[in-house]
Amino acid sequence: MLTIFVPKDKLPGLIGRIMDGARVFAPVRDGDGYRFRLLDRPDKADFTYQNTRLSPKELIHPPAETMFSYSLKKGDPKEGILEEVPKALGKRVVWGIRPCDAKAFQLVDINFITDQVVDPWWQKRRQATVLVGLGCAEPCNTCFCTSVGTGPFDRSALDVLMTELAEGYLLEAVTDAGEALLAGAPEGAPASGSTLSEARSVAEKAEKSLPRLFVPEPLKEKPMTELFQAAFWEEVQFACINCGTCTFLCPTCWCFDIQDEVHHQEGVRLRLWDSCMFPLFTLHGSGHNPRSQKLQRVRQRFMHKFKYYVDKYGNGPACVGCGRCVQYCPVNIDIRRVAGMMTASCVCPT
Amino acid sequence: MHAYTEKIREAAQRLLADKKVDGVIGFRQGTIPMMSEPVFIRHADQVHQLTWNGFCGVNLANYLVKRKDRVAVVAKGCDSRNIVLQLQENQIRRDQLYILGAPCHGMVDRRKVWAFLKGRDPLQATEDGDSLRVSGRDFEEVVDRQAFLQDNCRICTHRNPVIYDELLGDPVPEQAGVDRYEDVRRVEAMGSEERWRYFEDLIASCIRCYACRNACPMCYCPTCFVDESRPQWVGKTLDPTDTRTFHLLRAIHMAGRCTDCGACERACPMGIAVRQFTKKLEKDIKELYGYEAGVVPEGRPPLDTYRPDDPQDFIK
Amino acid sequence: MKNPYLPYPVRIQEIITETQDRNLKTFKLVFLNPDDEAAFAYMPGQFAELSVAGQGEVPIGIASSPTEKGFLMFTVNRVGRVTTHLHNMKPGDVMGVRGPLGNWYPWEEMKGKNVVIIGGGFAFTTLRSSIVWMLDPAHRKDYGDITVVYGARNPGMLLYKDELVDWEQRDDITMHLTVDATDDPQWKYNVGFVPAVTKEKAPSAENAYAIVCGPPIMIKFTLPVLADLGFPPERIITSLEMRMKCGIGMCGRCNIGTEYVCKDGPVFSMAKLATLPNEY
Repeated sequence: MLTIFVPKDKLPGLIGRIMDGARVFAPVRDGDGYRFRLLDRPDKADFTYQNTRLSPKELIHPPAETMFSYSLKKGDPKEGILEEVPKALGKRVVWGIRPCDAKAFQLVDINFITDQVVDPWWQKRRQATVLVGLGCAEPCNTCFCTSVGTGPFDRSALDVLMTELAEGYLLEAVTDAGEALLAGAPEGAPASGSTLSEARSVAEKAEKSLPRLFVPEPLKEKPMTELFQAAFWEEVQFACINCGTCTFLCPTCWCFDIQDEVHHQEGVRLRLWDSCMFPLFTLHGSGHNPRSQKLQRVRQRFMHKFKYYVDKYGNGPACVGCGRCVQYCPVNIDIRRVAGMMTASCVCPT
Repeated sequence: MHAYTEKIREAAQRLLADKKVDGVIGFRQGTIPMMSEPVFIRHADQVHQLTWNGFCGVNLANYLVKRKDRVAVVAKGCDSRNIVLQLQENQIRRDQLYILGAPCHGMVDRRKVWAFLKGRDPLQATEDGDSLRVSGRDFEEVVDRQAFLQDNCRICTHRNPVIYDELLGDPVPEQAGVDRYEDVRRVEAMGSEERWRYFEDLIASCIRCYACRNACPMCYCPTCFVDESRPQWVGKTLDPTDTRTFHLLRAIHMAGRCTDCGACERACPMGIAVRQFTKKLEKDIKELYGYEAGVVPEGRPPLDTYRPDDPQDFIK
Repeated sequence: MKNPYLPYPVRIQEIITETQDRNLKTFKLVFLNPDDEAAFAYMPGQFAELSVAGQGEVPIGIASSPTEKGFLMFTVNRVGRVTTHLHNMKPGDVMGVRGPLGNWYPWEEMKGKNVVIIGGGFAFTTLRSSIVWMLDPAHRKDYGDITVVYGARNPGMLLYKDELVDWEQRDDITMHLTVDATDDPQWKYNVGFVPAVTKEKAPSAENAYAIVCGPPIMIKFTLPVLADLGFPPERIITSLEMRMKCGIGMCGRCNIGTEYVCKDGPVFSMAKLATLPNEY
């Protein structure tokens, strides 16, 4: 596939040209962190970031999305009838996504795009989006991508892999869409042998810096109910304050709520990020709640990622090791430790 | 090892052995730099997990609400004030608690350290008296710990527990000459439009995850107003009106109850300075009633009692 | 592909107050677009999301049978925001229906078998659908004996009373109606809880399936009775309720272990449930 070298000073030119035909999202400085934003100028993209605080899932699965609109006006012939609303679902490029975050899209595809039923908005945005990944040369201490089946230079969910080198970037097309994006770019030059080997050594160094902390494969063999009843959940759940930070920041947490909102006589049906950490998530109208206890909710999150998803789809785990939940959990519940307990299935006091 | 660590372990051992408590709530070593994890110790053979350091910022009072058992809890000044409030609000009984008071030197704000490191990844952080040593793959920095404390710790005037069964160390000198409300006065001095914009900008990145609410030891309503559907007080989207409503109502619910423990700000994944809302209320309560929440166990808080000479200045 | 979140618009044709306490009403709904009725092909046991613009959606079992053409029927208990609003709506009002959703009772597997239907309270809705469907001349020959045990707190709380009386008269279905208690001298059927009446009537497990729907307490005490009668867990079928939003296995809240109740259920055999975490 097409592989080009782009000098550092020419990258904004390349991105700018692509901005003419597509909406380009990239990591930009946001307060004391980074966030994926729609670029209005190519030089706003900042590829020195380690990772964004919020995962780029918001680009495909917005935190609050209008699904339908309707009128509640008495006598309106369309009173009470829901209709789709126009959305910007045209071509988009996400430039500089980390390979782990891109992998997360693939994992979530399995939920939203099935043989029987397809989530139209997830699918359309996915189809319209070209992913230019930024290889992760210096993974953080909270990263554990290699333990969950991906890696700092995993190209399997990308259209283009970009590797930062001393003088510029190596851009390797991975798919046809990636190839089309790079084809004929005047900013690029064919990559020389030494450029390619420089990129290889950057990737190898990064991969080596990430030891495998646990091996999730044996979880497939463990009976679901046995893991469910394991004694360690009691210990794992104690510190949790059910704040939902982990689920909101997680690139593979897709759960959502559906709500109606009315302003005067116009209404909308919305979908909103939701969290299995919240008691309301499972509260029945009758008042019964199958996950009324904190332990049940904490267990649900980890079991979903490392057992239910794996068993249901023969894929996963539903975690890409981005480390956001580890970094931002206000009480230091560490998914790496929990996954370790699940795979070892023992109570392991530290 | 911090001197308190030994003391905490010794006390835990003793209290468990004497069956004075069913468990001990404290901290254990965190898995990442500058973090410690709250832990519940039930058995003598787990006591060695207990630890203490300047990264124990989590307010352990959050784990006490509506408990049925008897527990020992390690409490900093702010934690102890929240315990006082929980006792006043009947969320737990005094005879269920054995409070291990931890006179506090302030807790490190890891976000400040991150900002200082400008993207360099900290792999280890240790404390040595007044200094904080942070090291990574190819760097080591030794900094003045005081400069990296949580904002609320820097202006804290109740570092010593206000209620306890035993102290883990000698009381520390309270910070003198602290200006608690410098930032509030700055906001008060703004014109209404500027002030409006200030708060709009402040909460612009809010994702409505409610981590601030859940981290707060005083937020324990069985159904939070944001979760109520009949009637639905507040919309659930990121619409600025709804986000604003959430933050304002959360703050108002904290009036006269907030101890400025900083748990909300510490928990916010988006780094929003949510204390900007509660601090103004704290200042008002202090000015109107001369009252600081959770400092004195006796008596009732001003907002749940009536006196004929109550200030009327809020009606203008 | 059709947007799976978009309800079909329907008009309320008729509203029937089912129970004495007026908390259960049956809604007969007619599709505004005739094509939608053909698209809404369902089987007894499935459910749908009833949608009220401005209020939200609520998952409700389909009480009509696919053999009844021209309308859908839902019996709705007044519990929360949407159902309360629904109870205040009038014939002629427009609302929405999204579905059919979920799986259904194992009609193929049950062919040639006797079917024992055990229902309690307002969980009788999809059981009504099932009975009407089985009694339809096109399907009756596919099943052996049909036995029904149906109980409610008192006679006033039974659903579909006119039909119950009709079925009583028929000789191709055996009805055992019961109430927990009554002071109604007119009541000529059983008095007692569903598990006790099931035990007393002792429907044979031979070549038979049992479909059990009711409040958790009824199910809890009926299962041992069925086991004693010789029904293996594979042939005891139930339908579960959960808080749901999307109804299509996407929003994540209604899972029991690996299974989404909305999509992989709501119908499960007791054998299947035994392999799942006890979290429902």
